[in-house]
Amino acid sequence: MKLHELSVAALGRGLREREFSSVEVTRAFLDRIAARNPALNAFITVTAGRALADAAAADARLARGEGRPLTGVPLAHKDIFCTDGILTTCGSRILGNFVAPYDATVVERLDAAGMVLLGKTNMDEFAMGSSNETSGYGPVRNPWDPGRVPGGSSGGSAAAVAAGLAPVATGTDTGGSIRQPAALTGLTGLKPTYGRVSRYGMIAFASSLDQGGVLAQSAVDAALVLAAMAGPDARDSTCIERPVPDYVAGLERPMRGLRIGIIREFFGPGLEPGTGAAVQAALGGFRTLGAELVEVSLPNLPLSVPTYYVVAPAEASSNLSRFDGVRFGHRCADPQDLRDLYERSRGEGFGAEVKRRIMTGTYVLSAGYYDAYYLKAQQVRSLINADFRRAFAAVDVLMGPTSPTPAFPLGAKVDDPITMYLNDIYTIGANLAGLPAISVPCGLVEGLPVGLQVIGPHFAEELLLAVAHAWQRETDWHQRRPPEPAGGTA
Amino acid sequence: MSGGWETVIGLEIHAQLATRAKIFSGAATAFGAPPNAQACLVDLGYPGVLPVLNGEAVRMAVRFGLAIGARIAPRSVFARKNYFYPDLPKGYQISQYELPIVSGGAVTIVLEDGSRKRIGVTRAHLEEDAGKSLHEGLGEWTGIDLNRAGTPLLEIVSEPELRSAREAIAYMKKIHTLVRYLGICDGNMQEGSFRCDANVSVRPVGASEFGTRCEIKNLNSFRFVDKAIQYEVGRQIELIEGGGRVVQETRLYDSDRGVTRPMRTKEEANDYRYFPDPDLLPLVLEPAFVESVRATLPELPDDKAARFVADHGLSEYDAGVLTASRELADYYEAVVAALGGEPKLAANWVMGDLAGLLNRDGLEISGAPVTAAGLAGLLGRIVDGTISGKIAKEVLEAMWSEGQGADAVIEARGLRQITDSTALEAVIAAVLAANPGQLAGYRAGKDKLFGFFVGQVMKATGGKANPAQVNELLKRLLAGP
Repeated sequence: MKLHELSVAALGRGLREREFSSVEVTRAFLDRIAARNPALNAFITVTAGRALADAAAADARLARGEGRPLTGVPLAHKDIFCTDGILTTCGSRILGNFVAPYDATVVERLDAAGMVLLGKTNMDEFAMGSSNETSGYGPVRNPWDPGRVPGGSSGGSAAAVAAGLAPVATGTDTGGSIRQPAALTGLTGLKPTYGRVSRYGMIAFASSLDQGGVLAQSAVDAALVLAAMAGPDARDSTCIERPVPDYVAGLERPMRGLRIGIIREFFGPGLEPGTGAAVQAALGGFRTLGAELVEVSLPNLPLSVPTYYVVAPAEASSNLSRFDGVRFGHRCADPQDLRDLYERSRGEGFGAEVKRRIMTGTYVLSAGYYDAYYLKAQQVRSLINADFRRAFAAVDVLMGPTSPTPAFPLGAKVDDPITMYLNDIYTIGANLAGLPAISVPCGLVEGLPVGLQVIGPHFAEELLLAVAHAWQRETDWHQRRPPEPAGGTA
Repeated sequence: MSGGWETVIGLEIHAQLATRAKIFSGAATAFGAPPNAQACLVDLGYPGVLPVLNGEAVRMAVRFGLAIGARIAPRSVFARKNYFYPDLPKGYQISQYELPIVSGGAVTIVLEDGSRKRIGVTRAHLEEDAGKSLHEGLGEWTGIDLNRAGTPLLEIVSEPELRSAREAIAYMKKIHTLVRYLGICDGNMQEGSFRCDANVSVRPVGASEFGTRCEIKNLNSFRFVDKAIQYEVGRQIELIEGGGRVVQETRLYDSDRGVTRPMRTKEEANDYRYFPDPDLLPLVLEPAFVESVRATLPELPDDKAARFVADHGLSEYDAGVLTASRELADYYEAVVAALGGEPKLAANWVMGDLAGLLNRDGLEISGAPVTAAGLAGLLGRIVDGTISGKIAKEVLEAMWSEGQGADAVIEARGLRQITDSTALEAVIAAVLAANPGQLAGYRAGKDKLFGFFVGQVMKATGGKANPAQVNELLKRLLAGP
């Protein structure tokens, strides 16, 4: 196997056993990026020089026998995480010149774990999108079919890991932004419980929904990286004071007797038949492993999308007020007065989808509309929470598809926001309820990956990873790789 | 003011809490640093940063709530108040809106005629201050100083129960005293640590509906509050009596011209789009926490004043003056303690001569050159008859400027009172002999001349004669041999 085809676990092991050096591994990935990124556009920034220096430092630690599971293993960060001294755009032109003056907690922790940063990945602007087409830095292409989207908003991270430009990448998930691209690119994507991973330094989209997580090649890799990034943080008041379990140690758990709830509402008319069939086959697989399958109904779950598209834009409209051209980021040329400064800096800096959501959010919070929209949406959110609580009284995990269809062609939905928003119909519920959820590859439809979604109760990451791992011991969907383009590879 | 109109005022007082760090960041709050030297990434509203609530600000708000007998919310919520302004880095201010930490308290003010009035405090909530815009010396540019951004404020909102500028001032002073007693605000109005907005309206006497109000923003002295309210009341009455109508608006007080002028009307007002801040969890306070804060409360001014009336026999007025600041009350109590009693004498001297000297030299009580023990030493010499009260004034001035004790001044200047009857009788005899005409007049029934003879004796003794003794001896000797 080539270095860029190895998992995080295998790279870590090989590095500690001195089979190869971190510099060799890092160089291999930088070569892959140089060869494939021009076509994929997965990275906004590549930090080659720094990566090689960090890799050399990791090699020194490894040589002293101070290597830990992730020492010297490269990774990519979604460009939503602030990285000290490195351009941090959040996929927006308004931050086209923003070099963050500090590290996000996630960045700091993975750095402390010895990981080597390859660069910052492309994403939908301010994480608002499901196809990576709203990026101010151009769309990302799906390595499985360059004519198709990789999903979003963590589309750059997904494409990078799927194409072997990075062994693992961070992502964030506000309405499905880790799970949906993971499903569309054949990866294992974990969105942890709200409050499990610090949001400090993660540029906010919708603060009550945003959660950092990981896009990996397997449950094992996801467990390794999550263990290093999760945990309490005094700088984030919403980060929960709760110790982080040993996710890797918890992976080997038999599926016998596991009670799986099949979400009835996720198998309706909007589900593409091939996807539905692949998910059903996976459910059958779990039955074979000894799990107990029961159908459950979450009657309020179909209200997730409208609820989300009130709550998320409301928070976003406020979160994005700080991008005003005054202290950082894009400032228009020759502002005539304060109003002109605001209008042109923001008008020029933000893309269409971001503007649409700022306007929607401003509207739903306005005097006279607050009760009808924002307050009502919060009430529905409580009902959805209650649906999940009831379901988890009867089952251990819930399962269903991650996305209604496999990857769709670039441009297919850009002119129709509602159709685009419906991509997240199965993923948004977990965000509204703050629940952990994982997407694992469970099949291919016409050569495109399909994801199985597993949702757990709060802080059930360990169980979700064990379920994903049990599936991945029995199947090889997660080991399938997209075809290399003709003309050879790096 | 014009007859027939009643003034209705409600105050929103902003008290800057005396925490070392800001309300949502670790940056320092000290006044006077170079622009933006005390603004960290959180204060600057950088992408990705998050607020973390300063527990000290919470304790201070709870102290205030307990001191005014208010309800401390077991659960309060921080909200975002959204508006764009360059000195508001995040584009929203974190404040409390629907669920404030303190609600439903009251304070009692004493009016000029000695009557008391209870003023309700609707609520007090925690919020962050904004920064400020700088214009001077920057040409056509505007500078932004974010040192003040994120400074903790307690906004104290009164019921519209104040009926005159005087009541408003009395209320504001009461709150000013209270926050300093509690040690939660330095009360420095020049630096903006204590300021208020006044909501003012007028209505015909006897009306039950409120008139349309105007809000006068950012008043940072008692004098400005007084003048701004008086001007505004006059303006509104004149407007209505002239057939006009008050428009609800925000006004600014122009202290140079002594007028209020419009800032923005209700129609132009921002829609602040308040909603709960998702970055901060609801603030939950356990009863045990509230009780632990209650246990640290000092004796409050009203309780202290009541004790001075009951135990020291002071008038309510005097007790009120002495408890206006904790330092003054402490000084007075230290004098009484050192003197071993004589509270009325101590009160008179602290409020009279001592206050006069402080005022003359522009000093605070904490900076008085004569300590409480020093003043007690002086008063002790009045009590034991060594000097008269009149001489004592001279001694105090000498102690003040020379830094010596009362006894040293009395000895050095030979101010010891003459109490020797024989000596005084000789002086009186000389005075009578020198004023035969007045003596004859007195003996003919002009009683009023008694004071003349007292004056002459005191003059002859350089003020050192014991006045009571002089009276007694004079009466006997004037009556005739």
